[in-house]
Amino acid sequence: MTPPRTDTLEQALAENRFEWWDSVCELGRELKRDKPGLIGVILITCLVLMAVFAPYIAPHDPAAQDLTARLAPPVWYDKGTWDHMLGTDHLGRDVLSRAIHGARVSLWVGAAVVLCAGGFGVVMGLMAGYLGGRTDAFIMRWIDTQVAFPGLLLALIILAVIGPSLTTVVVVLALNGWMVYGRMTRSAVLSIRQSPYVEAAEVVGCRWPRILFRHILPNLTSPLLTLGILEFARIVLAEAALSFLGLGIQPPATSWGLDVAMGKNYMFMAWWLVTIPGCAIAVTVLAINLVASWLRLISDPQEREKQFARHMAKGMRKNMQAENDKERQPETS
Amino acid sequence: MTGQTLEGRSDQPLVDVRNLSVLFDAGRAGFWGRKRLTVHAVENVSFDIRPGETLGLVGESGSGKSTTGRAILGRVPVSQGHIYFQGKEITHAGKNRVRELSRDMQLVFQDPYASLNPRMKIIDIVAEPLRVHGMVKNTKAAAKEVARLLELVGLPPDAGARYPHAFSGGQRQRVGIARALALKPRFIVADEPVSALDVSIRAQVVNLMQDLQAQFGLSYLFIAHDLAVVRHISHRIAIMYAGNIVELAERHLIYDSPVHPYTRALLSAVPVPDPPVQRARQRITCPGEPPNPLNPPSGCRFQSRCPYVTGTCREKAPELARRRPGQMAACWNC
Repeated sequence: MTPPRTDTLEQALAENRFEWWDSVCELGRELKRDKPGLIGVILITCLVLMAVFAPYIAPHDPAAQDLTARLAPPVWYDKGTWDHMLGTDHLGRDVLSRAIHGARVSLWVGAAVVLCAGGFGVVMGLMAGYLGGRTDAFIMRWIDTQVAFPGLLLALIILAVIGPSLTTVVVVLALNGWMVYGRMTRSAVLSIRQSPYVEAAEVVGCRWPRILFRHILPNLTSPLLTLGILEFARIVLAEAALSFLGLGIQPPATSWGLDVAMGKNYMFMAWWLVTIPGCAIAVTVLAINLVASWLRLISDPQEREKQFARHMAKGMRKNMQAENDKERQPETS
Repeated sequence: MTGQTLEGRSDQPLVDVRNLSVLFDAGRAGFWGRKRLTVHAVENVSFDIRPGETLGLVGESGSGKSTTGRAILGRVPVSQGHIYFQGKEITHAGKNRVRELSRDMQLVFQDPYASLNPRMKIIDIVAEPLRVHGMVKNTKAAAKEVARLLELVGLPPDAGARYPHAFSGGQRQRVGIARALALKPRFIVADEPVSALDVSIRAQVVNLMQDLQAQFGLSYLFIAHDLAVVRHISHRIAIMYAGNIVELAERHLIYDSPVHPYTRALLSAVPVPDPPVQRARQRITCPGEPPNPLNPPSGCRFQSRCPYVTGTCREKAPELARRRPGQMAACWNC
């Protein structure tokens, strides 16, 4: 991040006319410097594109059964064919196609649940921690009650009554998962609200929503990002558990979690049934982790400038080296 | 003592604190205890601050200096007594009233490293008071005003585009002062504004505060425990001990002819930067600790450490009374 070196503040601001585009370019440049972050972003982009264009990429219909080719192994085995590159499952469905199509449900459920549960939980935690008193007592008792209630039972009841569908799965998982955000946010707010800059905001006359969302929330980004990622992985697997019980994704639709759950029975005969979708989940979580650690860095202005300084120092060192080499060359020749 | 009588006078004080007491509830004595505990943070404190004046408030840690300052700003509930601002009572001001008053009264913080939000740019920090009071729509509209404020406190105009971590302690404290000045207040509570700064920077910040006072006619309540700094900036000085004001006098009277034994002991603890003089000086010591604020003694708070203690001191608390023109002390024996 280049600190603007201009004479007046107005000038500095006037130069920021295309602010958002500038910051997008800046982000791109920073991303190029942070290799792990770049890999993460590329992976996630690929996964999302794969999910969006699944019908065009997948070689087979993921639901098409071919009972003559049950449990066919991947192509590198003797019995493997190029027709089913990564083999088939117990009903003769193409594993690769299922993995590609499964990305749709898994990514969508993971992202939607983390956003819904995270959004709600964080807002509740902020209010509980900052407003205190009765609001705090009410929200915390609500969370206690919900935590004490078995999550799977709640999910089963809701899904059994309303009927399984993608939306219900998202709602159920979000209802089950928001408490952890609430509790963590509350505890962090309790310590941040004591800090002088929050008191300064109060003295200056800020109202509480502004204090919560402008002063406290931005300083909670790092722990919340970390929690969100941990939750994402958990949600993908929770969706698998629901699907396995027949209350989540309904066939012919598929998800990674569902495939892992179904392939479990054939693990010793056909390892690829669990491994392929399992790898897909692992890669997704890894990619999100990489992106999140990069996001954590650039959301902290101090870290961001450190990164920038490191990059500049590296460039300068290179230049000096080049000059030294130039000076030496005439001597040798 | 009431708002009406004060309003009529020409040298009407800007801030008038009358018999202020702040008590905090500290829960029960023990788990099953019946008695409720109360922390006597500030008790029966009276002083006034005139327009354009600086009142230095000095005392050791836990003597109730900061609590007094925060009570005036409406951030601590007042148990007894009255606070008047420009002749109007503000003792038990509601939330909205406190918010309105924040245009006239501001706070400068002790720790410049913790009092600026690390994720906000300087321009946003300084423009925030203007925004929340609806004076400007967005930060851009405030750019001119922010640039003026930054110049006023001696920061380069491009400072606004940067984040707090890029600045030193002294510069950050300047940002804090700029934020406090944004609403054009008349009264500023400075809560140990230089005690967290490097010694070489303190004079700069104190001088800046004096310049701003001369320029805008500000009044300060300057809380500190550094007697040299207080002497430099204050017109009058109040010495606090265990929640009471023990002496309140013009600056030169406090330093040249202190009356209260605590003031004398406090001043004798300040080293003189001249070895022969310092060696020849007699150090007045008062062995002991300040009383427990949960259970202050009846009578004078200083009785346990006072060399001149008598029976009266143990029975009745002395009132702050005039000793000579411009000097008041709370003591039975001096």
